[in-house]
Amino acid sequence: MTDAGAISASGGPLLEVTDLVKHFPIKSGLLVDREVDQVRAVDGISFIVNKGETLGLVGESGSGKSTACRAVLQLLKPTSGSVRFEGQEIAGMGRRELRPLRREMQMIFQDPYASLNPRKRVGQIVGDQLKVQKVASGKELRARVEGLLDRVGLSPEHYNRFPHEFSGGQRQRIGIARALALEPKLVFCDEPVSALDVSIQAQIVNLLDDLQDELGLTYVFVAHDIGVVRHISDRIAVMNQGKIIEAGDADQVCEHPRDDYTKKLLAAVPIPDPRESRARRDRTASAG
Amino acid sequence: MSVTPETAPVTAGAGGPLLAVENLRVGFATEDGRVQAVDGVNFELEAGEVLAIVGESGSGKSVTAQTIIGLTRSPNSHIEGSVRLRGEELTTQSEAQLQSVRGSQIAMIFQDPMTSLNPVYTVGRQIVEAIRAHHSQVGRKEAHAQAIELLGAVGIPEPERRVDDYPHEFSGGMRQRAMIAMGLALEPSVLIADEPTTALDVTIQAQILRLIQDLNRGRGLATILITHDLGVVAEVADRVLVMYAGKVVEQGTLDDIFYDPQHPYTWGLLGSLTRLDRPRPHRLPQISGAPPSLLRLPSGCAFRPRCPHEFAECKEVPGLLPRLPEDPNHLDRCQLTPEQKRRLREVEGRIGLEEPA
Amino acid sequence: MLRFVVRRVVGAVAVLFAISVLVFLIFNVVPATNPAQRIAGKNANPQLIENVEKEWGFDKSLPEQYWTQMKLIFTGQVTSYSQAHINIDQRILEGIPATASLCIGAAIIWLSLGILFGYLSAIRAGGLTDRALTVLALVGISMPVFWLASILLYYFTYKIELFPSNGYEPLSHPGRWFSHLILPWITLAVLFVGFYSRVLRSSMLDVMNEDYVRTARAKGLSNRRVMVRHVLRNSLIPIITLFGLDFGAVIGGGAIVTEYLFNIEGVGLFTAEALKQQDFPSIMAVAMFGAFFIVLFNTLVDFAYAYLDPRIRLGTSAA
Repeated sequence: MTDAGAISASGGPLLEVTDLVKHFPIKSGLLVDREVDQVRAVDGISFIVNKGETLGLVGESGSGKSTACRAVLQLLKPTSGSVRFEGQEIAGMGRRELRPLRREMQMIFQDPYASLNPRKRVGQIVGDQLKVQKVASGKELRARVEGLLDRVGLSPEHYNRFPHEFSGGQRQRIGIARALALEPKLVFCDEPVSALDVSIQAQIVNLLDDLQDELGLTYVFVAHDIGVVRHISDRIAVMNQGKIIEAGDADQVCEHPRDDYTKKLLAAVPIPDPRESRARRDRTASAG
Repeated sequence: MSVTPETAPVTAGAGGPLLAVENLRVGFATEDGRVQAVDGVNFELEAGEVLAIVGESGSGKSVTAQTIIGLTRSPNSHIEGSVRLRGEELTTQSEAQLQSVRGSQIAMIFQDPMTSLNPVYTVGRQIVEAIRAHHSQVGRKEAHAQAIELLGAVGIPEPERRVDDYPHEFSGGMRQRAMIAMGLALEPSVLIADEPTTALDVTIQAQILRLIQDLNRGRGLATILITHDLGVVAEVADRVLVMYAGKVVEQGTLDDIFYDPQHPYTWGLLGSLTRLDRPRPHRLPQISGAPPSLLRLPSGCAFRPRCPHEFAECKEVPGLLPRLPEDPNHLDRCQLTPEQKRRLREVEGRIGLEEPA
Repeated sequence: MLRFVVRRVVGAVAVLFAISVLVFLIFNVVPATNPAQRIAGKNANPQLIENVEKEWGFDKSLPEQYWTQMKLIFTGQVTSYSQAHINIDQRILEGIPATASLCIGAAIIWLSLGILFGYLSAIRAGGLTDRALTVLALVGISMPVFWLASILLYYFTYKIELFPSNGYEPLSHPGRWFSHLILPWITLAVLFVGFYSRVLRSSMLDVMNEDYVRTARAKGLSNRRVMVRHVLRNSLIPIITLFGLDFGAVIGGGAIVTEYLFNIEGVGLFTAEALKQQDFPSIMAVAMFGAFFIVLFNTLVDFAYAYLDPRIRLGTSAA
């Protein structure tokens, strides 16, 4: 079900995904592996993301949202479907062709402890891509990296430290600096705050918001915490079992959900307000 | 568990509190120095009550919970204070004596059911093991039958078949139910649940919370719920302890904490929550900085470096005191006056921590 | 489960086949000299060499050579020319009881002591027991087999004539069987005891931090029960792997030095002799023999895994 969201005034959408499918084969057989069935991780999804917008992708575990991100970014080869970035078809592109595009599309990962190479220094982690993509080197590289560290709320002297010397929130900032190093247009955020302490989550969400305003970024924000997704997103798509079952304006979807699954999901979110929580329970008790 | 005349509860039956923790302090000797993980926790728990202990990493909430049943005892740990179950002191009991308390009087369930169950034994076998460790006279067949009943009682369908399944053959929610079943096997009076729903999907979380609530109301099972999620607290708790850097910074009833919070850290936690039933704020009120390392605690009030309202008095460590004359059971550690607190905690129409713009 | 078994067995057979081809190539194709001459031995005359050529099929194509030689080896018709025309396969078979007695006995010692010391080290980690056992383990690992054998022989068969110095007595005389084997057992086991105790210690220390061990303690289980049924049980997996490899290797004729020094007439001693005399048919035969046991035990180890870890038993694999 595609969202009939408006195409932005500045031309076509930045990202257009149509009928994206990613199946994983289930193999069985006595001697030789034969495909007997498939795990339909992503089962035909379509959505549009306009420049400067944030699309929130919500779903529970197994809904396919993380696989969808990876399939769009071509980190996994899609089984079928179309992915257009700035009008260009990238689904199924080879590695060489994709390389220049990798500068435009980046990803921030969930686990700040696992996504940074513990053997590399912070400066290397953030700056390596600049070297690989031959964008900068030497003094200029260092200056750029320090600038990035500053922008994400770290200090330039952190350049030579190792990840284990930082807290979870700071590591996530390093991950964000890394994602922004090549000045991408589109950033996928895959559960960027789930592994963080509550008081730090708000900081990171606000940082991402600020960076979006400053740098004109476009986000696809994936999370299972609907509250956070709603806060940061312009539009939301709800995924279940590999399909998008509802999509629309963020406030609309959260306040007036149409699909039963969305309603169930929203009803399950605990309300951090004892009176409201009790009232809701009484409502469902008398209705049920 | 022997009850000698000296340690017999002064009030038998429905007299004193079921569980009383007094001035609990737990320190660890680590490679980098001494760490005071828990620094003076006091609370009482009655049958049928749910007490929530809220905090982030380093707050000491998990260590508190584990210390109640003596899981933190080690050559590196130093435990002071008192933990009394029905008047009987637990901190001085031997390991063997505590083993008879664990599981049968006080049960504990943990955060990640995938790693908290031994992958090489069936779920039934692990429940049977718990039963027979405390009631050795129960035969294996009988214990197996009890295990099936327990799995059914926590809402696992087809329990007679699933009792012989391995943990990896259960889904996340079912695994947590199985853990709860195992915790209930010996009909304990107290259940300690350490982040029981953090690793679960939100719809499953709702189910598990409802299960815990049913057990609490239905069986009068006193519950200590450790969590960082204030939404979960609002759904199930009766009373709340807010911990920060090893100390309790605020303590009161559920309504006290949510509608009349006295400590800036609590304001910050409440403020940084997203509310689906309210319009979006322009910016999520945040708490600046990060929880301190227990190795390098700030002097005076531990929250001082992150508090926009700090003033001269904060250089001294504030006591945990009832500061509201009308509510002697609502304690906090902030030295601002109640009027100042009421004024400062309003940020854009909701409770939060940032300096008003 | 059936799928698992079938695949492992088929895999094992395939590996054995590959090894046989490799052995064949190493001994027949790779060296530069005439293979028939090498087989016939150092003191061969041209007629003998010609006979060898016919018998071993060196006049035919490579695959036919392979087939002929494998047939010879497996049907017990290989004769050694350099070692007095003995039937190699028969000689190997005769050596099996001695090798088996040596290896099984040593294995029982090294497994039980290795696990015991590893367990004690782990439960008293950092303490005096642990440090003492660590030193012992390192000494055991570093001790060269021939040095240890010589020391034992010197003190226990020469200085104090407690045990016989060499030879092997069959099981029909249990007393003598035992006294002939006790020193070789110790020699063979010492290295492994040290190694296994370290591996188990390390494995147990890892497992002790697992969440399910914390759950077991929270259930009120006794320390002993937690350590044995939860920690030890899950720590044995690396030990099983190692044991499969090690035992397969020694029983396949790998205890060469020990058998040689104590003059135990098993497969290892035969291998030592064959190597000394560059008796290629014998070497090929023991290579296949050894390969068979290693592959067999590796396959058994895979089955043991499936028993020990139920997560491995599932039939289908989903990505």
